[in-house]
Amino acid sequence: MERVHTLAIQATSDPRFIGEVERASGQQISHCYQCGNCSASCAYTYVYDYPANQIMRLVQLGQKDIVLTSKAIWLCAACQACTTRCPCNIDVAKVMESLRVLSRQEKKVSGRDIQLFYDEFLKLVKRFGRVFETGLLPLFGMKAKKPFTDMDLAPRVIRKGKLGLIPHKVKGRKHVEGIFERFEAYCSRREKDKG
Amino acid sequence: MRIGVFVCQCGTNIAGTVDTEAVARRAMEYADVVYATSYVYTCSEPGQQEIQRRIKEMNLQGVVVAACSPRMHEPTFRRAVERAGLNRYMFEMANIREHVSWISTDKEANTRKAMELVHMAVAKLRFNQPLFSSKVPINKRVLIIGAGVAGIQAALDCSDGGLDVVLVEKNPSIGGKMAQLDKTFPTIDCSSCILGPKMVDISQKENVTLHACSEVESVSGYVGNFKVQIRKKATYVNWNACTGCGECVRKCPSRKAPDPFNEHLATARAINIPFPQAIPKKAAINRDYCLHFTKGKCGVCKKICPVNAIDYDMQDELVSEEVGAIIVATGFDLFDHSVYGEYGGGRYPDVISGLQYERILSASGPFGGHIRRPSNGREPRDIVFIACVGSRDASVGRPYCSGVCCMYIAKQAILTRDHLPDSNCYVFYMDIRSPGKNYDEFVRRAQEEYGVQYIRGRVGKIYPRGDRMVVQGADTLLGIQVEVEADLVVLATGVEASAGAGELAEKLRISYDQYGFYMESHPKLRPVETNTAGVFLAGACQGPKDIPASVAQGSAAAAKVQALFARDAIETDPQVALVNERTCVGCLKCIMVCPFGAIQSKTLRDGSIKAEVLASVCQGCGLCNATCPPKAIQLQHATDNQILAELNILCA
Repeated sequence: MERVHTLAIQATSDPRFIGEVERASGQQISHCYQCGNCSASCAYTYVYDYPANQIMRLVQLGQKDIVLTSKAIWLCAACQACTTRCPCNIDVAKVMESLRVLSRQEKKVSGRDIQLFYDEFLKLVKRFGRVFETGLLPLFGMKAKKPFTDMDLAPRVIRKGKLGLIPHKVKGRKHVEGIFERFEAYCSRREKDKG
Repeated sequence: MRIGVFVCQCGTNIAGTVDTEAVARRAMEYADVVYATSYVYTCSEPGQQEIQRRIKEMNLQGVVVAACSPRMHEPTFRRAVERAGLNRYMFEMANIREHVSWISTDKEANTRKAMELVHMAVAKLRFNQPLFSSKVPINKRVLIIGAGVAGIQAALDCSDGGLDVVLVEKNPSIGGKMAQLDKTFPTIDCSSCILGPKMVDISQKENVTLHACSEVESVSGYVGNFKVQIRKKATYVNWNACTGCGECVRKCPSRKAPDPFNEHLATARAINIPFPQAIPKKAAINRDYCLHFTKGKCGVCKKICPVNAIDYDMQDELVSEEVGAIIVATGFDLFDHSVYGEYGGGRYPDVISGLQYERILSASGPFGGHIRRPSNGREPRDIVFIACVGSRDASVGRPYCSGVCCMYIAKQAILTRDHLPDSNCYVFYMDIRSPGKNYDEFVRRAQEEYGVQYIRGRVGKIYPRGDRMVVQGADTLLGIQVEVEADLVVLATGVEASAGAGELAEKLRISYDQYGFYMESHPKLRPVETNTAGVFLAGACQGPKDIPASVAQGSAAAAKVQALFARDAIETDPQVALVNERTCVGCLKCIMVCPFGAIQSKTLRDGSIKAEVLASVCQGCGLCNATCPPKAIQLQHATDNQILAELNILCA
């Protein structure tokens, strides 16, 4: 997303969006007084397009499009440093998490690769009960059309025993699969109700 | 009884959602009501004259006004009926504004409720009796608790007004927090140079009795006649003899005693005089560190004292003082920044509080006024100030603004650049709050003239790198994270209520808010009064305040005391408990429940025992009334009959 230079606030603001975020996250967005402590504590501000406090500010201004298409919400590592330090007791990490959910629901995920990675990741979890790295990375690499990315790391990681050649056996993988199936059924029911 | 009812419209405040005409019409149907009307502003001059005219014309014996809260205008209307010749207690008020018109828009329901409230007031009024207050003389001495700048100012103003002043200070010297400061904003004048003369004045006033190292133990009595017990803590030095020569301090071998005056940046001797300008300039022994008390030997101070003032056997002493008014000026404490784990939680010696930096800057401080790092004594080059530490932070339970930090860090940054021109000062702030005369100009000067770098954003964490500290914060104006390497970090620690404020409030029977600051009687119109008659507030004990505001409040509280003492006697409130001796069985349960010690027993000539209320001590709480088995003790103006009459209407 290109940075916006002049924001026509009335034209772009979606007041319902603030309510949506508040409902999804259980946090009151108006409590944020823009001290910037979340950005000061954030480990990933350097890669964000909008630092955490600006994401909060954009939500306060009802800037649905900018927020839901931002890269920052996807680069958030959910480390919760922002939540821990917030003087206003806002669970900022929870807000970021809710924004990711809303972003997917609204089909506004920025960058194909982000969505692709999450999808491939979850597909493997569904199948094996946990992630299978040796499968995930080549699979993601092929689909993202960058098959050689991070390939150079493989020998080092294999030598440390961090990459198994066959998926781990996880107890209760059927149960995990059940969770996915129930969720998918719920989603399609909701889609039908909407339609 | 002939009763008149006046229903106020309060413009549209009441008439907007209550049919006042209908309320007045209905009132005519109530027993004993001979006149009822609705009026636009009953509290106005013509409104009051209308009441007075009707009292005379209609021979009214009692008046009901249905209007706002009695807290607003009950005294107004009581005076009005009194001017027309009625006793002021032959008046009742029904609150149909705060309790009716302002809380619902349902006009029909409101009107019904207003009618019921008026009916209750009428029913009660039928049982009202004329009551008369008595007069008690005023003891024209004033107790001032706390001798910081607010208490000192109040003491001087009372003393100049010819009043006897009893000044109680917890610490060995008066002066409070202001004595610890190096300079004051926005004029950068030396704090002890402007406070010093006032402190000396206190010691030289003949009508000021100073109890230092003392605390208020208990308070009894009431406005005009308080009895106060003061505990003078044992200093193990006879202050009548001590000349403050300091010989004992120089020779004391115990050098590791804490030094609260220097905010623990240095240590003191076990026998100590806190600072050179101390008033009274007397030595006191810290028995936890004194070798005589801890090891049973030494005794150097006793040997060396030229006036033989050392007294190891000294005990705490209780002093009784009788006063007519009390000014509370107990000040504030500083927020303990060790709850901020991200700022080191108090582990880093070079992360210090604002008051510690003040001591570092002070010529009488631990480094003689040279700015040094507490860790290694070296001069710092990069100094970071962090605003709002323990202010505007709900996560540590301090959501309020401390009001002084923005200004004191601007001052400290200016002083730093003045002392060390090669140093760099950075200020992390959220907002700058400088709404005082010449205050914002002062903050601008810090930035424009002194080149202090202001960064808008909070600090996320501080961690050591080598022997320096890395301050990681945000610049929200740029929208990026920033890092500053610092030799010294000064936290602008906020203001909180002084430790023990709640305890003292309970002794004085005054209220305090959730943060421990004392409650004024009205936030705008009665800023130095409390809800306890005769007890006044001054300074930061009521809320964060800077020096000018504290001084102004000290003077204001003194003016209030002088206004109170301008009379020779105080009229007591007749709304107190009264014993009917014919029905009192002498069980004396009332004495046990009375929180004010206002009831005593007496023996009649026939040998029977009866309870007796001390009208001037009784606060009219009604506990005895509720407790008395034969209902012999009744709270005047709220008797059982009056309350039952109201309930009968409500339940009819």
